[in-house]
Formats: sequence, C-alpha cells, structure tokens
Amino acid sequence: MSPADPTPTPRDARMTWRRFVDRAMAGVMLLCSVLVMAPLFLVVYFLFREGASALDLNFFLQLPKPTGETGGGMAHAIVGTIELLLMAVVLGVPFGVLGGIYLAEYGSDRTSYWVRFAADVLNGVPSIVWGMVVYALLVVPFKTFSAYAGGVALGLMMVPLVMRTTEEVLVLVPQSYREAGLALGIAKWKIILVIVVRAAMKGIVTGVLIALARVAGETAPLLFTALGNNFWNRNLAQPIAALPLQIFSYATSPYDDWHRQAWAGALVLILMILGLNLLVRFLSRDRNFD
Amino acid sequence: MLTMAEPPASNPTVLPSQPVPSAAASAPAPVASGEVAFDIENFSLWYGARQALHEVTIRIPATRVTAIIGPSGCGKSTFLRALNRMHELTPGTRLEGRLRLKGQDLYSAEVDPTVVRRRVGMVFQKSNPFPTMTIAENVLCGLRLNGVTDRAFLRQRLEESLRMAALWDEVKDRLFRPGVSLSGGQQQRLCIARAIAVRPEVLLLDEPCSALDPIATAKVEELIHELKKSYTIVIVTHNMQQAARTSDRTAFFYLGRLVEYDETRTIFMNPANPQTEAYVSGRFG
Repeated sequence: MSPADPTPTPRDARMTWRRFVDRAMAGVMLLCSVLVMAPLFLVVYFLFREGASALDLNFFLQLPKPTGETGGGMAHAIVGTIELLLMAVVLGVPFGVLGGIYLAEYGSDRTSYWVRFAADVLNGVPSIVWGMVVYALLVVPFKTFSAYAGGVALGLMMVPLVMRTTEEVLVLVPQSYREAGLALGIAKWKIILVIVVRAAMKGIVTGVLIALARVAGETAPLLFTALGNNFWNRNLAQPIAALPLQIFSYATSPYDDWHRQAWAGALVLILMILGLNLLVRFLSRDRNFD
Repeated sequence: MLTMAEPPASNPTVLPSQPVPSAAASAPAPVASGEVAFDIENFSLWYGARQALHEVTIRIPATRVTAIIGPSGCGKSTFLRALNRMHELTPGTRLEGRLRLKGQDLYSAEVDPTVVRRRVGMVFQKSNPFPTMTIAENVLCGLRLNGVTDRAFLRQRLEESLRMAALWDEVKDRLFRPGVSLSGGQQQRLCIARAIAVRPEVLLLDEPCSALDPIATAKVEELIHELKKSYTIVIVTHNMQQAARTSDRTAFFYLGRLVEYDETRTIFMNPANPQTEAYVSGRFG
C-alpha cells in the first residue's frame, strides 16, 4: 500500500478519519476567511445603499446649503482633504524616508534600536493625542485653528509609518548591489541614492501610499487642528474642511438630508482609500530581486 | 592618459576628456615582467576574536593572473576582500601587518577606501548587475557616479569596456535594455565590463564562474586571458582545473595561512608542501 494511493481500504480506517478532519478544518478556515472579508463588503454595501442617493454631481461641485435647504455638496471638504494630505506628504515623506534610510544604512545597532523603538511607540500613539499635541504646539500659540496645523498633525502621524516601511524595503535590497557599488569606488551616499533607493523605489512609494491611506480617514487629529468649516478655505492659516470632519458633523446633526450626505461622504472617503490601496496593489505587483 | 601611479578616478577631473582610440591603448600599459603589484607582509586579520588570516606574506605580480585556492573557510575570500578593503563592511574587523599596492600602503590613515576600490576593482561570485539600470547604464555607472559627464568619452568607454569583456557583439543592439535581461553568463561578463570601465589597476575575481555553466565559464576564462595583458588579476576559485588553466601563479591557503605560493605549474605538478600536494590531488578539501 503506497502512501500516495488515494483509495482508503478497511485496513486504514484511521485514514478516513484523518481525511474527514482535514476537510473539516479546511472548511473552518474557509469560513473564517469569509468572516474576515464580510465586513468589507458590508461596509461598502451599506455605504452604497445609504449614500448613493445623495451622491450626484452637485455633491462634488457644491458647498453645503444653509440649514433647512436640501441639496448642496461637500466639494470644499473633498478639496480640503486633498490639501491636508498634500501637506502631510510634504512633511511626512522627507522625514520618514530619510529616517528609514538612516535606520537601514547608517544607524549603529544601538541607535537604530532606540530610533526603531521610538517609531514603533509613535505608531501606537492614539490619533487624538497627535491632535492635542499639535493643538498645543501650533493652534494655541497662533490663536487660530488652521489647515497648517491639520497638515502637520497628519504629517507627523505619517513619519513613523513611512520610516518603518522604508527601512523594511531597503533592508530587502540585496547586499551584493551595495558591494558592487563600493567595488566601483562609488561613495556610499551615492550608492544609496542611485542604486539602493532606486531599487527599492516601488516599495517606498507603496509605503507612502499605505501611510496616506491610513491618515486620510483620520478625524480625531483634525478636530483640534483643522477644525473644519462650511465654505472654501482661501488661506491655509485658517480652518479648513475635511471629509472625515464633515462626515462627523453631519452624522451628529438632527437632519435626515445631512445624514444622507454623511453617508455619501463616507462612501467617497472609502472609495478614495480603496483607490489608494488598489494603487498600492498595482505598484507592488512584481517587486522581487532575483 | 591614465598612469598606474595615479589612481584613475581619485580626482574625476583628471580623467581624459578625449576619446581614446582603442581598448588596448587606453588600458594601463603592460609592465615589465616581474613588477610587483601587491607587496604584503605579515598580514593578519581578525573578525572579532576569531583570527581569519595568519601573518600572510606574499608578493603578487603585476599583469599576471594569480589564483588563490584552498578549502572552504581557509580565508581565501577574506584575503581577496582585504585587497580592496571590502572586508571593512563587516563590523568588528581588525588587522595587523602591511599591505602595499605599487608601493602605497592601502591601510595608512590618509588613504580613503573609496579611492582604493577605484584602483582595485572586484567581480563577485554571483553576478549582480544593478536592477534598475540598462546594460549601458550598468557599464558606465562607476564613471558617471564619479562625475564623468563627457558623452563622447562615455560612449567610447562603453564600447571599449564591453569589447574587452567580450560582450559587445552580443549586446550592441540592445544597450538600453535592462542589465538583468541578459543570461547568467552574459550578466557576469557585464559585471566584468562594469568593473573595467573605471580602469582599475587590479581586478579581483571572487569565484566568478561558480554560478555559470561550462560554456559561459569557458568564455569568462578566455576573457581572463585577454585581460591579463592590461590588468593584474587575482582570482579565488574552488575549481582547481580553473586555477591551473587560467593562472600564472597559485597560492594555496589553509586555515588562514598561506601554505605555499609558486608558479602554477609547480603547485600542481611538483608542490613542495605535502598539504598542497594532498589538496591539489583531491585527497582533502
């Protein structure tokens, strides 16, 4: 009886039992997978069901209507979110990427350990704490909520995220490329910039997009910083609207029409984040060295 | 013109801006037989507390091929990497003794390891063309990143280097395809072209054929024969036939010590040391 023979015989009834357990466990795991997937589909389903009716062209083009009037949109909040994210990128990417390069290429074991530890702790800091910190640093001294403060809060949140992902993808670049560069008599910083970072570029961009997707939906850090408003922001030193803030204030309002708009806003926000994630998927398709 | 005494790229501005007529003419001129490239005395090297090389004393001749053989872990790769200070990438190394290239102490305090590596190029066991670069970019990487911008000169150097690496005819129609699109053997010759494009004085080959099939190996060995006209070559190899075929002199390392160093013919036909005899006849190692 070769072990590869698939037909059970009476002699090994244990095999039948094992086969049954094997199938049962596979079934349990499939069920767990479905349970993991289900919330995503439920979220998207409910957002479409509740929000799609309020989602029209005006939603993207108009400002909120005064209380009591129906219609209007969240154009200012969509643009505000994009502006805040751009500011977050400007702050978070240079610090995060350079910090990641330091960790992967320069830091001694001991300094890297502490920098990495600090980054991991910062990754776990509740987002509302970031909001309070920036409130104390930028809002109180300048005596006004501002787009800048919101951008800084989101940017600071991105730094440790980008730093760790950058480090991880740089470490994946085989040592042999660095050695090849050194053997050509190229200075270390040039090797890192032109050879190592270029080889890891897709991974770094992926990390930035993941961090961006993570902070795009943050509400708490913006409550004390960007504050939100109902009109176009023309001065970044003034409060600015953002989708999560707008959703928050509409969802807690007593008006049905605003509730519908809040659903629509959540739908747009989710689609934006989904788009970022799809972009990440696309970019990280075939990242491999040899 | 580049001279042996002046490291070619220690100051990028001294690189010739005029295209040079041919590969042979631009390479360092052949030197009189007997000239010494590396003069090494009582050279010892430690990784942390473990001593990897024990008081190695050896003189490696210029424009000859010197093979380093020995069983795994005998220190031959460590020795090779010490010749262009690549071992310094491993933290916690310490060394004693003297290592001179053309009379210059490579380990004296005022010598920059980057400059040493421009004089002493290296090709690795596994081919490692830069993944984001084309064939042409790979070859010219060392020059460009050291500040050479003259397009005509770069173009000239590209063709020369690929011709010297016996790769030109195979890639001349696809210079702007990725370097990693080549076959394994071609990639290794691309790495050799990249190493010689900066016109080093010495070429270190660390088991350059161990990942190649016999045909690609034969091509690389042929290439070594050609290159020794202009370069001092030191090759580490596990393959004793390869050492016998390609080298003029052979050094046998065992347990971090230089056991025997002589003409290749002598090492293989009539070694003085019984350990060498046992190793080259395949009785241990």
